[in-house]
Amino acid sequence: MAYQFPEDIEKKFQWLITRYPKKDAILLPLLHLVQKDVGYLSSEAIVEVARKMELTPARIREVASFYTMFRLNKKGQYVLGVCQTLSCYLNGSEELITKLKNILNIKEGQTSEDGLFTIERVECLASCGTAPVMQVNDWEYHENLTVEKIEKIISLLKEHKAADISYEKRLSSGGVA
Amino acid sequence: MAQVKTKAHPLETRVLLEGFDDKDSASIENYQKNYDGYVAAKKAVNMEPDDVTSLVKESGLRGLGGAGFPAGVKWGFIPKGGTKPVYLVCNADEGEPGTFKDRQLMEHLPHRLIEGMICSASAVRSECGYIYVRGELVLAIEVLEKAIEEAYEKGFLGKNIFGSGRNFDLTVHPGAGAYICGEETGLISSLEGDRGEPKLKPPFPAIEGAFGCPTIVNNVATLAHVPNIINKGAEWFIGLGGGTARTAGTNVFSVSGDVKNPGFFELPIGFSLKKLLYDICGGPKEGRSFKACYPGGSSSPVLKESEFEVGLDFDSLAAAGTMAGSGAIIVLDDSRSMVDMAMRTAGFYAHESCGQCVPCREGTKWTYTLLSKIHNKQGTKQDLENAVSACNNMQGKTICVLSDACAMPVNSIIQKFSHEFEEYFIKEEDRKITKPRVSGEMSGVLKELMRGKV
Repeated sequence: MAYQFPEDIEKKFQWLITRYPKKDAILLPLLHLVQKDVGYLSSEAIVEVARKMELTPARIREVASFYTMFRLNKKGQYVLGVCQTLSCYLNGSEELITKLKNILNIKEGQTSEDGLFTIERVECLASCGTAPVMQVNDWEYHENLTVEKIEKIISLLKEHKAADISYEKRLSSGGVA
Repeated sequence: MAQVKTKAHPLETRVLLEGFDDKDSASIENYQKNYDGYVAAKKAVNMEPDDVTSLVKESGLRGLGGAGFPAGVKWGFIPKGGTKPVYLVCNADEGEPGTFKDRQLMEHLPHRLIEGMICSASAVRSECGYIYVRGELVLAIEVLEKAIEEAYEKGFLGKNIFGSGRNFDLTVHPGAGAYICGEETGLISSLEGDRGEPKLKPPFPAIEGAFGCPTIVNNVATLAHVPNIINKGAEWFIGLGGGTARTAGTNVFSVSGDVKNPGFFELPIGFSLKKLLYDICGGPKEGRSFKACYPGGSSSPVLKESEFEVGLDFDSLAAAGTMAGSGAIIVLDDSRSMVDMAMRTAGFYAHESCGQCVPCREGTKWTYTLLSKIHNKQGTKQDLENAVSACNNMQGKTICVLSDACAMPVNSIIQKFSHEFEEYFIKEEDRKITKPRVSGEMSGVLKELMRGKV
């Protein structure tokens, strides 16, 4: 089915155009909005973005495929990105990944059967002082992780509780789990 | 989720982080009431642009993103009397492994950065600015957008700011997860809506940058220093640091890895690395001792424990054969294998190479592949020599410095810890033609590469 921008994205799209000297420049912010709405950059979504941007779908794919945050394939509802770069590695990120694989019974890059979780390795998340770190769906950071905390986060996510914590709460809280 | 707020350590000098502990540190009211917020901006927009640039030049403020280039000198490269618009871009694509200072500044003290941008914009005659923030830092993006809205409401951004007749518009631009976009020309490509591939210099961005127009790209911490310099003067800023114009001011150092108390600490430029690790960070973890550290992010050559007695400034670290980089110190203790560290460092750059230049695209991956082979105890002395040769053959031969960022730390580890590598070499009697063990921790591309080519 053809994808159409919902009203809020359409509004943001029109506003973004006014902020840059060239329309092409709004592509990254726009793709973020669409990905958040659809869950990933589906073919239908890319076609619509291309039409709105007056570019070809191939061009949109060309740009989107450069960036690790843009997903061109469907993934789990919660994408668990565990940082594997130096500081997190030094603080035990490998154990976390093993634990996640065991709890969810999937390999890295795979999605669990219920469609809820995908495990990924990501590079430095700029949170090295509170390593090891995992991000859920590219935005929710969980820091100072332990194997026990991971178990708790997974059970909360299964009940759809830990995601989408409000901005104020995140700003004031020292930790989610 | 934000870092837990921490009280300043007694040895810290908080200038950039002043007000970090306040509960409402991100609000414009708090910033204006307690920290002379936007006083410098008002001053700067009513000054002659060249006077602002001269003041910053005099203060010795250097780029705190990694290169350490004097900010005022960079601003001076903008062509005089040009007709094209000038863009001011804040590089907030914090991605150097070990670095987390910019995130603290953006999440907790967004107005200091915004004010710094207004001051800097008036110096370079820019009417349009962007803050290019890493896409992953959603909280920083939200906080900045809210802060920018507040500044617009107060009339500090937009048309005719402070009644000076000058205009300045500011927009947050989210990145999307590419380390290379922290390189200024890569960042400009990405800002233009393209793949974040670096461009050849010259032309330098100050002559032809974003949208074909003169562009200044500065790091978050660099820009956030500007309001204080305008309010308190160049001498005050030089006095904060090591006492000379080459060691002026402070920087926020991020410490992570094998230390008792990791975290971020604002210290005068030139502060002793040893003092930071022992007196502020509490030394090594229980029962351990320090072995080495990366003093300026994962792309800086490592220092052995015996070399820790060095000042954290650009010149001292360069003299010690390494670099100040982004002020990120990753500490390793005696339980760590340096072969493992070299492999992981190379792995990061192999993953982040944009693929434009062949020496980097192939060199980083070969370095990683060969080091993995050694790490898996399947390698020989020849493999190590090949890795060194791959490093030496990519350094300085590419458009940007990502290949150098891979080669420098790897070479330094191989040089300083060669004895550790020897323990990993395959013994002659065990040698047989086997497929290298492909560990699960490699990305798909690298697995394919190893299967296909080794």
